[in-house]
Amino acid sequence: MTARQSPPQRPLTARIRPEHEPFGLADYERHGGFQGLRAALKMGPQDVTGLVKSAGLRGRGGAGFPTGVKWGLVPMGPDAPKQKYIVANGDEMEPGTFKDRLLLEGDPLQFIEGMIIGGYAIGASIGYVFLRAEYVLAAERLKAAIAECHARKLLGRNILGSGFDFDLYLHTSAGRYICGEETALLNSLEGKRAVPRSKPPFPATAGLFGKPTVVNNIETLCNVPHIVHYGADWYAELSSGTTGSKDGGTKLYGASGKVKHPGCWELPMGTTVREIVDDHAGGMREGLKLRGFLPGGASTDFLTAEHLDVPMDYEHIAQAGSRMGTGLLIVLDDRTPLMAMLRNLETFFARESCGWCTPCRDGLPWTERILADFEAGRARASDIELLRQQTRLLGPGRTFCPHAPGAMEPLQSALKYFPDDFSAAVGRDGAGG
Amino acid sequence: MARIWIDGREYEVDPRRNLLEVALEQGIDLPYFCWHPAMGSVGACRQCAVTQFRDENDTQGRVVMACMTPCADNSRFAVEHADAVEMREAVIELLMTNHPHDCPVCEEGGQCHLQDMTVMTGHNYRRYRYTKRTHRNQDLGPFIGHEMNRCIACYRCVRFYREYAGGTDLNVFGAHNHVYFGREADGTLESPFSGNLVEVCPTGVFTDKPYGESYTRKWDLQQAPSVCHHCAVGCNILPGERYGRIKRVENRYHGALNGYFLCDRGRYGYQYVNDEARPREATGRSAPGASEHALSADKAAQGLAAWIDAGRVIGIGSPRASLEANYALRELLGASNFYRGTREDAALDTLALSILAAGPARIASVRDIEQADAVLVLGEDLLQTSARIALAVRQSVRQRGFALADAAHVPRWQDHSVRLMAQTQNSPLYVLSAAPTGLDELARRCHRGRPEDLAQLAQAIVHQLDHAQPRAPGIDDDTLHLAHEIAEVLVAAERPLIIGGSSTGSAALLQAAANICIALHRRQRSPSIALLPAECNSYGSALLGGDDLDAALARIEAGEVDTLVVLENNLYRRLPAPRLDAALTRIQHLVVIDALATPLGAHAHLQLPAAAFAEADGTLVNFEGRAQRYFQVFVPQDAQRPASWRWLQRTAAVLGRDLGNTLDELTAACAASDPALAGIVAAAPGHDFRIAGQRIPRQPHRYSGRTAMNAARDIHEPQPPQDVDSPLAFSMEGARVGLPPAEIPIFWAPRWNSGQSLSKFQDEINGPLRGGDPGVRLIEPGQGGAYFDRPPRSEVRPLQTVWLYELFGSEELSARGAAIAERMPQPYVVLHPDTAAELGLADGDRHQWAAEGQQWEAQLRVDPGLPVGIAGIPRGMPGMPTLGVGAVIGVAGAGA
Repeated sequence: MTARQSPPQRPLTARIRPEHEPFGLADYERHGGFQGLRAALKMGPQDVTGLVKSAGLRGRGGAGFPTGVKWGLVPMGPDAPKQKYIVANGDEMEPGTFKDRLLLEGDPLQFIEGMIIGGYAIGASIGYVFLRAEYVLAAERLKAAIAECHARKLLGRNILGSGFDFDLYLHTSAGRYICGEETALLNSLEGKRAVPRSKPPFPATAGLFGKPTVVNNIETLCNVPHIVHYGADWYAELSSGTTGSKDGGTKLYGASGKVKHPGCWELPMGTTVREIVDDHAGGMREGLKLRGFLPGGASTDFLTAEHLDVPMDYEHIAQAGSRMGTGLLIVLDDRTPLMAMLRNLETFFARESCGWCTPCRDGLPWTERILADFEAGRARASDIELLRQQTRLLGPGRTFCPHAPGAMEPLQSALKYFPDDFSAAVGRDGAGG
Repeated sequence: MARIWIDGREYEVDPRRNLLEVALEQGIDLPYFCWHPAMGSVGACRQCAVTQFRDENDTQGRVVMACMTPCADNSRFAVEHADAVEMREAVIELLMTNHPHDCPVCEEGGQCHLQDMTVMTGHNYRRYRYTKRTHRNQDLGPFIGHEMNRCIACYRCVRFYREYAGGTDLNVFGAHNHVYFGREADGTLESPFSGNLVEVCPTGVFTDKPYGESYTRKWDLQQAPSVCHHCAVGCNILPGERYGRIKRVENRYHGALNGYFLCDRGRYGYQYVNDEARPREATGRSAPGASEHALSADKAAQGLAAWIDAGRVIGIGSPRASLEANYALRELLGASNFYRGTREDAALDTLALSILAAGPARIASVRDIEQADAVLVLGEDLLQTSARIALAVRQSVRQRGFALADAAHVPRWQDHSVRLMAQTQNSPLYVLSAAPTGLDELARRCHRGRPEDLAQLAQAIVHQLDHAQPRAPGIDDDTLHLAHEIAEVLVAAERPLIIGGSSTGSAALLQAAANICIALHRRQRSPSIALLPAECNSYGSALLGGDDLDAALARIEAGEVDTLVVLENNLYRRLPAPRLDAALTRIQHLVVIDALATPLGAHAHLQLPAAAFAEADGTLVNFEGRAQRYFQVFVPQDAQRPASWRWLQRTAAVLGRDLGNTLDELTAACAASDPALAGIVAAAPGHDFRIAGQRIPRQPHRYSGRTAMNAARDIHEPQPPQDVDSPLAFSMEGARVGLPPAEIPIFWAPRWNSGQSLSKFQDEINGPLRGGDPGVRLIEPGQGGAYFDRPPRSEVRPLQTVWLYELFGSEELSARGAAIAERMPQPYVVLHPDTAAELGLADGDRHQWAAEGQQWEAQLRVDPGLPVGIAGIPRGMPGMPTLGVGAVIGVAGAGA
């Protein structure tokens, strides 16, 4: 066992060296790897869950559900079903989001360690990684890392002599955005159509193949070894000691759009948008002004230049009227046509609807076509009201899953913040009315 | 019970139900698509939106889907809240973005759930101004038309076809608004329940193809409640007629029997009624083979009367003819001269009835079968003989999943959640049969053998349940273990069910079913039993009694018979042709009363054309011993085809005897003849039943063309035919509400033009029709009789036959329709590969086969599922000979 090293400030990316192969097992362990797992295996599973709960780790996939609470919903003890599963959601298809890719390509063992700990905490002997099909490099590196772990008996039977058995399988998706929704992911993993399931039952009671299952985002799981290794207080302190955020830990933030240096950076939870855009992304390109941004991927509400000083954490972004989502910003500048951007987004969402429920399946294509008319300047004045109605009818509770409500978020906020763009696009070709 | 509020009104409801069911039961018109009463809720279409309030102070509320919302105590809902109203209209508007406006040329028009729901939500103005998506349609075979552009993607079709009925060749492909419901490639839909897609689909994607080829709007169909004649289940059906042709058959809901679904034999088996080759008028023939001459009805009756008067006459009834027809023949000729229409089946039917009557098992309805938590099938290939029962057994295995869902507090109507929890865990089903069956995939274990071997296994089960009963010596250890397992499962079950029948021709198997029930009863269990006879009125025929066909032949062969009267029975399907041919030469007069032109009719000296099921009334007794009345749908044009019993009434009148003049008189006399039949009078209200002085119209209130449809022949409006046999009228005038459940000729309600209007005829979704499910159970099981003796052992004789069945082909009437004929296989013989190899025969080869003095050509099918040494032959198929039970066959030579 290596000596306890000084706690890192950027735990998730500490071992990632851009443009280099990820660490192999020996290097990984030399840099503090598997300390979390070793510590976890000495604890009771429920204590691991308790630790994660008190660290305040929230799901990094977009919804921000407290991870420890999720684990705590899984039935434990002698009466619990024998077979349970932990599934990593690596179907990172959110437009503008590329953080899980970075983590898997850069440090696959960190993720595997988190996965084993998660499996141990909930008593799952099998884990699946559901990976976006296009992440070819990540798949390759993950496979190599899994094989190495197997060879070193860090996966398989009786891990590190603890009596805990855990196998990990990689499943590459056939490529549908809806698989990012955890129950659609489970259906897909079972070989069924990727259609979301109705809840209850929640996956914690009846998930994969009807068995208790936890589905966690890749980034979420990457946090786990560090929490177990360095403790809940250290973890909370990462943000509370810097930004003062109540949400613990660091977060992979990023920016795309016409900023000078698009990219992805690990920063304390609660870093302001301004810091991300100006300090890390280098500000807007010459001659462009920031007009708005989607804070956490395509399915979050626009915020505007007024919100640049909002800290990026779950609570503050929600207060500002949007969602933290994946935490990777899509920046809108003052020269990019908003209508084209919206049309492009809705084309994506319409195409990625699974086709199960009516508002999403038939409402998104209609929305897309109306926006295409706005983009082409042939919309009618009544179309604005029609779009407003769609944002209501495709909103939360009206659809089977959050796909269409997510798709409505950029649109409803664009209608709110940029109404003139819509009226300006009405009837430019004289077809208005 | 829970107290809930809907639009301010308070209701006491079952908290286990969902809001949509409850609202419909309360008469609230709440639109829906994806929910189906038999398939539960999946929350896909989002049509049944209502607003739910947190408490009495919440005025804003939130929109929820009624089908996915439990009726928890103190819930508050509004159907009429603005948000919900807007949502429901918007969902229709969205569905309409791709739905073509082809209602005028769509078969569904006028009976379309989508039309009804569109009107109900108020959507009437199209704002969508873009192109609609289009699909390529598929040829799905002879039963089902396909028009995918009309699809609103409610997913009901695949849920029914795959999840409910176990089909695999219909699926949903693609995603977003391109989802496609069809097959991987063009081709015939394989499921024997494919026809239900027509009714399950809320619009015109899956349509009834034969109906579409000779189409009439629902409102132009003349209909009467009827009962399927194509097997013994007795499913209730609604045939619709126009211009003297049956246009289609739809499901007629029966809470204890068919529920919402029919099999394809039942739905498409009607086509023989429209056969142009059916006899139209009475004909005489001076000698066999001589040309026919037409006879007036009077002349024909007088001729028959004269032959009867001359004496030396016997009659043969039929298990496919009504109780009344069989009874009339028996009365006319005397019980000692009346013979049942079957040979082997007669003894089996009598045995089965005695088992049912003795008890102690309760007689299972189809609904009971669905709810059984352990099922043992003894010898029957249910999917081929009684397909609706197979569909019910398929539901029964879900009991395990329901139990898991109950434990997790997941409501049973939450269909996909229940299936998720169940996964592949089925409640136990054991199938013992001669050859693989369509239910094997659901079975915990299957066992193959000759009927004699299955009876031995059953005896081992009996011994295991009751050690006082003898063992079955000589069975191997594996079989013995299976017997132990089955016995344990049956004892552990709450609602064990034994299903047997007559299809194997084995009395020992029926007795084994009885013995297992007796043994379970002695173990303080309450088993149910279902014994399936061969035909629609097998049990009615057996209740009337009469000796079997062998006895009839013996009298003919002894020269005691001059006149043979055969009622609705093609004896060539019952007796080996050589023996029957010889017997026919011994009689002077053959009288054939039948709806069909049969090989027997070709020998008749007097042929009396009879009504087919849709042209007459009568009573049938189904596998539960339930007497059910079916009613005349229409009066045939240009043909004299009275009910067969009416020919006999008329003949009796010539002889100065009284068989009555109406159905009621005949039914009453039949009921009075035997206490066991006393209940049949109550199967439906009699002909003098009126509602506020009015009859029940067979024609819908929008029936059109009444004065014009005959104008090409006669410009005068014809007098509507008078119905002296039932309270139904050949008219569009009369009572339409408060109908007795047995006499509902159409399911229609204001705002509900489709079959979904059914909920207006029920007090409870999935419950009985308002007023009780039609029919009267004639058999009240007793406390249980003595065990039957242990079945005898028998050695396998080389190429001993076992009977196999074909849903499309083994039943006489349905096999005559063009659509069913397209689905029929060619004649075949099945052998185990080892047996075929021993004989030097190869799979797929055609051979001449011989048995019992007959020779026929059939293809060899090799199937490792069949036991070694025996031969499977499809019974009753066109091109196959009539052979006795366990006949031994041989290869007579190569085929052509």
